[in-house]
Amino acid sequence: MRLAYYPGCSLAATGRAYDQSTRAVCRHVGIELEELEDWNCCGATSYMSVRELVSYCISARNLCLAQKQGLDVVAPCSACYTVLRKTDHYLCELPELRKNVAAALEAGGLSYQPGAVRVRHLLDALLAEGGLERIRAEVKTPLSGLKVAPYYGCQTVRPADGFDHPEFPTKLDQLLTALGAEVVYYPVKTRCCGGSLMGSRPPAALRLCKNLLLCAQQNGAQMIATACPLCQMNLDGFQGEVNRIYGMHFDIPILYFTQLAGVAMGLPDADLGLGREIVPAGPALARCTRRLVVAGEG
Amino acid sequence: MTDHGDIVLEASTRRDFIAEVLASPGGERIHDCIQCGTCSGSCPVSYFMDNPPRKLIAMVRAGMRDEVLNSKSLWYCTSCYMCTARCPRKIAVTDIIYALKRLAMAEGKAAAKNAVALAESFVSVVNDRGRNFEPGLLVRYWFKTNPLAMLSSGPLGLKLLMRGRLPVTGERIEGREQLRAIIAKASEMGGE
Repeated sequence: MRLAYYPGCSLAATGRAYDQSTRAVCRHVGIELEELEDWNCCGATSYMSVRELVSYCISARNLCLAQKQGLDVVAPCSACYTVLRKTDHYLCELPELRKNVAAALEAGGLSYQPGAVRVRHLLDALLAEGGLERIRAEVKTPLSGLKVAPYYGCQTVRPADGFDHPEFPTKLDQLLTALGAEVVYYPVKTRCCGGSLMGSRPPAALRLCKNLLLCAQQNGAQMIATACPLCQMNLDGFQGEVNRIYGMHFDIPILYFTQLAGVAMGLPDADLGLGREIVPAGPALARCTRRLVVAGEG
Repeated sequence: MTDHGDIVLEASTRRDFIAEVLASPGGERIHDCIQCGTCSGSCPVSYFMDNPPRKLIAMVRAGMRDEVLNSKSLWYCTSCYMCTARCPRKIAVTDIIYALKRLAMAEGKAAAKNAVALAESFVSVVNDRGRNFEPGLLVRYWFKTNPLAMLSSGPLGLKLLMRGRLPVTGERIEGREQLRAIIAKASEMGGE
């Protein structure tokens, strides 16, 4: 299976471990990722520009490129996934927007046929194209006894009509179970981490992160598995701040599901970006896989 | 005696505001709202809002343009889409809030000041590189809003840097000219 890989801007920076582990795991299960050639920013949220048309056009250039490459797009970042999908959706639904976007794209010598490209989330592509059977067969060191909270975040499954239930999805649960981990009860699995509010309204975002960490702790999770670079950044990078503000003592590592898959498949730590997390995951992983503690931890 | 002219003026102002919202992607169904409150009950940040989503929709329909566009609540929306997923009338509440944010920004409302600074920084970074470069974006944004924020974010920045998560130089795409041409054309068409 070949897919156009859209890493998105976060995966070149704070989410580097997600990029590394995505490439390693996909290669391992036979999914061929061809990086979308000369991709640009997804346009981020549609108020990142004062004018909405600009956002949709920035986003649509990527769809043009994928159409040219003749491949469906796979995005690991839930925000990119939602923005690219929404752009295609509104281009299909709204003739006025379609006309204006087409005119702007034409100024750059591009065109796009709405609906021509399917945008998929990495979690969906890995399970549907790699397949749970194949993944199970590749597990060399099962994550036995590792208690993991499956955290999807918001935009992996919402607004709706995606690849899983918008409030109570199970795909990540299935994957983690296939890797041998113990999935804990995590009713807040699709609640919000605060996203970019961490920059603009920190008290609101810190409160949401506190709720997510508390629920994981109360259900005995030793780790949270995530499918989005914003979620990882907020829960990992700001866990210390949550502890400070709320007087808590959380010490819960936040790994990408691709990193956990890679560990279970016996891929080298360096290929999975392990050690890039701020709350060290080494001790929890060492307990369940009887591995040496990975380098780079405090 | 009622001043009939005022009533006509008020009615038309109200219609104009609803029309603006109706015309934006996702805003088409705002008339279908039954004010059930599922959106506000589902919102993870309604706790922080003076005007939670249900009330915002009612205010839009009542034509309370200034109150809505000046509302700080708009800027608490995290775009988690829980309201949209649960709305029994299939209203794209999140997208309506996006539309309101953009209107507030376009009119330079005080509550939108930081968002405008962020949007301007964002578009200039993307215009320049084609990709978002988080450190570059933040520096531009903080410079416009709160230079002190640069200091307080130092410790986390250092941790990220040591773990290879904070690039010092950003990436640039090949098709910068092409993207600039597209953005220029879109700005021209979407302009006031």
